Amino acid sequence: MNPLPVLVLLPVTGGGLAWLAARIRPHSARPSARDASWWTVLATLIGETLVLAMVTFHHTDHAGPWLEHFAAPWIPVMGIAFRLDIDGLSLSMIWLSLVLCFLCAFLAPRQDTTGAGTFHFLFLATLTGIIGTFLATDLFLFFFFWELMLVPMFVLIATWGHEDRQRAAMKFFMFTQGSGLVMLLSILGLVMTHYRATGVLTFDYFTLSRTPLSPALSMLLMLGFFIAFAVKLPVVPVHVWLPDAHTQAPTAASVLLAGIMLKTGGYGMIRFDVMLFPDAASRFAPVAMALGVVGILYGAWMSCMQDDVKRLIAYGSISHMGFVLSGIFGGSAMGMQGAIVQMLAHGLGTGALFLIAGAIQDRMHTRDMRRIGGLWAVMPRLSGTGLFFAVASLGMPGLGNFVGEFLVLLAIWHASPIIATLAATGLILAAIYALRMVNRIFLAAPRADLRPVRDFPARQMAVFACVMAFMIVLGLYPQPFMTFSTPAPLSVTAMPRPEGSAP
Amino acid sequence: MAATFCGGRNMGEILLPLLVLCPLAASLIAFACAGRVGAGGIGAIACAGVGISAVLGVVVSAILLRGPATGALQVMLWPWMRVAGFSADIAFMLDRISMLMILVVTIVGLLIHVYAAGYMRDDPGIARFFGCMTLFVAAMLVLVLSPDLLCLFGGGGGVGLCSYLLIGFWYDDPANTAAARKAFYMTRMGDVALLCAMLLLAGATGSLRIGTVLAAVANGQVSPTGVNMAAFFILVGALAKSAQIPFQAWLPDAMAGPTPTSALIHAATMVTAGVYLIARLHGLFAMAVPVMALMAVLGALTLLMGACVALAQSDLKRILAWSTISQLGYMFLALGCGAWQAALFHLMTHAFFKALLFLSAGAVIMRARHEQDIFRLGGLRHAMPGLTAAFVTGASALAGLPLVTAGFYSKEMILSGVWRAHFDLTHGWGAGGHPLWGIGLLGAFLTALYIFRCIFIVFCGKADTVATGRTSRLMSIPLGCLCVLSVCGGMIEMPAPLPRPHLFSAFIDPASLLPHVDEPFWPVLAGAAAPLAGVWAAWVVWGRSASVMRDMPGRPMRLLAWLAQHAIPGRAIMGTGRMTQATSTLIFRARTGFLDMLGVWAGRSAGWAGRLLERLHDGRMRRYAAWIAGGLCAGLALAVLS
Amino acid sequence: MDPFSFNDTLLLATILFSVGLAGVLVRRNMVFMLMSLDIMLNATALVFVGAGARWHDATGQVMFLMILALAAVETAVGLAIILCLHARGRPTLDADGGNLLRGAEHG
Repeated sequence: MNPLPVLVLLPVTGGGLAWLAARIRPHSARPSARDASWWTVLATLIGETLVLAMVTFHHTDHAGPWLEHFAAPWIPVMGIAFRLDIDGLSLSMIWLSLVLCFLCAFLAPRQDTTGAGTFHFLFLATLTGIIGTFLATDLFLFFFFWELMLVPMFVLIATWGHEDRQRAAMKFFMFTQGSGLVMLLSILGLVMTHYRATGVLTFDYFTLSRTPLSPALSMLLMLGFFIAFAVKLPVVPVHVWLPDAHTQAPTAASVLLAGIMLKTGGYGMIRFDVMLFPDAASRFAPVAMALGVVGILYGAWMSCMQDDVKRLIAYGSISHMGFVLSGIFGGSAMGMQGAIVQMLAHGLGTGALFLIAGAIQDRMHTRDMRRIGGLWAVMPRLSGTGLFFAVASLGMPGLGNFVGEFLVLLAIWHASPIIATLAATGLILAAIYALRMVNRIFLAAPRADLRPVRDFPARQMAVFACVMAFMIVLGLYPQPFMTFSTPAPLSVTAMPRPEGSAP
Repeated sequence: MAATFCGGRNMGEILLPLLVLCPLAASLIAFACAGRVGAGGIGAIACAGVGISAVLGVVVSAILLRGPATGALQVMLWPWMRVAGFSADIAFMLDRISMLMILVVTIVGLLIHVYAAGYMRDDPGIARFFGCMTLFVAAMLVLVLSPDLLCLFGGGGGVGLCSYLLIGFWYDDPANTAAARKAFYMTRMGDVALLCAMLLLAGATGSLRIGTVLAAVANGQVSPTGVNMAAFFILVGALAKSAQIPFQAWLPDAMAGPTPTSALIHAATMVTAGVYLIARLHGLFAMAVPVMALMAVLGALTLLMGACVALAQSDLKRILAWSTISQLGYMFLALGCGAWQAALFHLMTHAFFKALLFLSAGAVIMRARHEQDIFRLGGLRHAMPGLTAAFVTGASALAGLPLVTAGFYSKEMILSGVWRAHFDLTHGWGAGGHPLWGIGLLGAFLTALYIFRCIFIVFCGKADTVATGRTSRLMSIPLGCLCVLSVCGGMIEMPAPLPRPHLFSAFIDPASLLPHVDEPFWPVLAGAAAPLAGVWAAWVVWGRSASVMRDMPGRPMRLLAWLAQHAIPGRAIMGTGRMTQATSTLIFRARTGFLDMLGVWAGRSAGWAGRLLERLHDGRMRRYAAWIAGGLCAGLALAVLS
Repeated sequence: MDPFSFNDTLLLATILFSVGLAGVLVRRNMVFMLMSLDIMLNATALVFVGAGARWHDATGQVMFLMILALAAVETAVGLAIILCLHARGRPTLDADGGNLLRGAEHG
């Protein structure tokens, strides 16, 4: 049995079960977080992990860069099929998603005591959308998942978010939805071009990649894709939704947003911009790199002046994603790998930071750094963890972010030393905002009205310790991840298509 | 011999990673044990970690010394990054330069840790303190043992982080955390410059292994402009790490940390990272003469400025901080003149005597009820003779009193190197080192002046300070050891015109041609006389008539001190920071305003359009019917008429 | 042979339809509107019958029967709605009063 559809459908099925579980046993007298619904979520995630481990370690007959393939007809008239493929890049992104989902399940503070079942369902539905996005190799299916992950996230923010949630959710939805429509136009344009050229109506990624395109048309189509991914990544002029959405979202949704959903933008750029339209992408590269550097500097700069912890982290994300954008369009394998490592490290680091911010908000009931202070005295574990991830986000050598940033910088340097120098100055700004946060929340004079609050219990610390260890491994021994997560080149993709071979 | 060396080599390869691992493990244990183990236990763990490391350092040094003079121990642990066009490994390399450094770091580090175990006994945050201290030692060891610029950068990052945590150790006071941030930002700027240099070199050579890079530079694989740029960027990085002009402002502020921290980070080890980096890459700098000249000039200026400012300070720890800047200026002067051996020698002796000065000053301050103002201290030699002796020993070494102190020999080596230097800037036009030598000599005079001013004010005169308690054994033993090192540490290397021994140069750079017997002897005499003159002048001004001339170097020096502290670039950086914040606020407001306006406008126009359309379907059936009929008629008419 | 030509039939149907349409548009009383609708339906039905006679095709008469049934049903449903509104306490027969989808408030 093919594991790929299972990977996609398991979370949403589990989400449905979790919802039912909450219906059957509406919350008991004790508002415990660990109810049947939660256990269902955990079981789903574990099942998903097992399936993924199977994909990872069970090498099938063809040992090409594409590990698995699945295809089932969906709308044959239009040439739309349920095509899923997995390569190293998708696999590592899905692993990242699962790790973060586990983190959320274990660590996200329970704001979802009301309607836990629905919360869990939406959470897992988002996960389905994200995993589908990482796997789909049918452009229509890709678009379908792209939109699918949007809706539950919208509801999550709008329902369980903080004080200004409606506006933030609406902004998020408008931006991503609008840009998604541009991508749909681009997809249709590509399909129609292919149809006119060959008479075959198909949405297959591999077939479409061989469409003969004029330079102007390919640039246009590439830009259509680029805009959608740029909004998701986000790239600076269209980043406006991100700080609000990240700030207002409930903790688990913030983690999903920052940790994985931004990565779908990066993933899309690699798979559907650079690999589908290589020529147009290389012509567009200077602009993209410049946008990336603007993002690095602008994000860090804005981050330096925030008083809201989550907002500070959100702007820091924009800065980190600038590195990803520059790396992807850096035009070399080095930059691409740097971008991928940066995505992994950023997913873990920022996810953890959002969890910590959520924990602080849970305990202090505010996100305003001016009203938090001196947490080290009362919560040394939480503060130590926060310090670690703040330091990671400022690009400390030896932790994951540094590897990504260095490789990206080196790739940019080959293209343009001046842009690389500018990007490197972003690291100074990164130090400023990260340490400003540390010095205002953790290492500061304790406030007089600081009530004794509960530190992280040992179990949660163990989970965080795993993430920290992974971050260090990613920083000191990134080679396996880099070789593993290289995107499969398109030239190889056509080869192990199982249509010709016997099942 | 080969066989035994091979055996030793294998053992060295095992021990080298352990050397780093021991303090690292101690750090992790200290952090994990926070709140569970008492102060004594934490101190013991930290001392054990650094102590084992020191023992291992001696062992691997012995193994290295048994090999050939140019040999090196190399351990490749695992590949770090391997991508097309670039590769880097996590590796350690021990050659003679790094051997000197690990011995200094571990041995001085151990002594400081032992002292700190006594000094910090009653602090509630002792676990955090020792965690950071041992982590610092580990990072410093990574820095000096790395054969790869990227690893070195990593070590530098760790060192910077630990210094940030330690300077801001007492975080209750916002001034301390501000000082910590300032230090981190400034060294971070240097890091970014260094990163640019690394990108340049990696882009040109595809590797950052120091050997490969130096070979590529020597082969002409990198263009001369590239070499100059790389050297310049590395110089900026080193200047920032070593608190030289124009980055001098962070070091005095960094005295906000506990005294052992100051001794470890801001005297003995961290600030020497810049010196080490340039000494390590001296092959690269030799090809970049303008940068060398710039370095020498900046070093000379810094040493003069540091000494002058130290003369105007009244805070005991700040005097020592400025003296550190000044002494590092000597090292940069030497490096700029190509005398990197002398710079390393001075680095070693400076680590000894500056650690001694800091630690004894810390003990003095502790017993004088945390009074740091030298004018509120006085006549302490009666109350604490042992500490007085230790401080005077360190001060003599710092001043470089001839023959009996370590500082004399190293400073002499630097001065003779500067005397010999010649900068061939462009063809046919160059400059000699004699003016710089003059500045160095003046600096030596000023050094003796300011440090003995401090001694005469604090320890002599009438006893008007009440001293409490006594110095614990844990603190006095390291002081004793450092006293011995400060006195004897320099005697391995006689001034160049004198005959043997020249152990240090023979050890660090066997290829160099020493001694230079053909040099005149009077510069050495002048170098010996300058500190003596300084001591005499200090005695005349402050020793004899302490009450009259307390505040001698009045306005001009104060102005200089103020300038040095604030004008460049500390104030500038803080100003930039504030400006950044202001502009970003402005932009944020403007952006938000614009977007909001856009949103409001879009909403309003949508509202109008909506209301217009709403008219069409107001729920009145008759109107709908009318629309249908009208539409039908219009359609029919179109169909008929067309 | 034919007492009426097909053109006359069409003319009559058009007149009937216009009368019905005018009734729907002008009258506000719902009962009268229903009656006008019936007139319109009968006008169309007349066209069917006329066309069936003109081309000698029974389909036209079949369609007439269907429209007859449709008109009956429509009238029944419409009257039922009016009765329901009455039962809900809306005494008026004014069609323009029910345009807010919230009858209870308005009525």
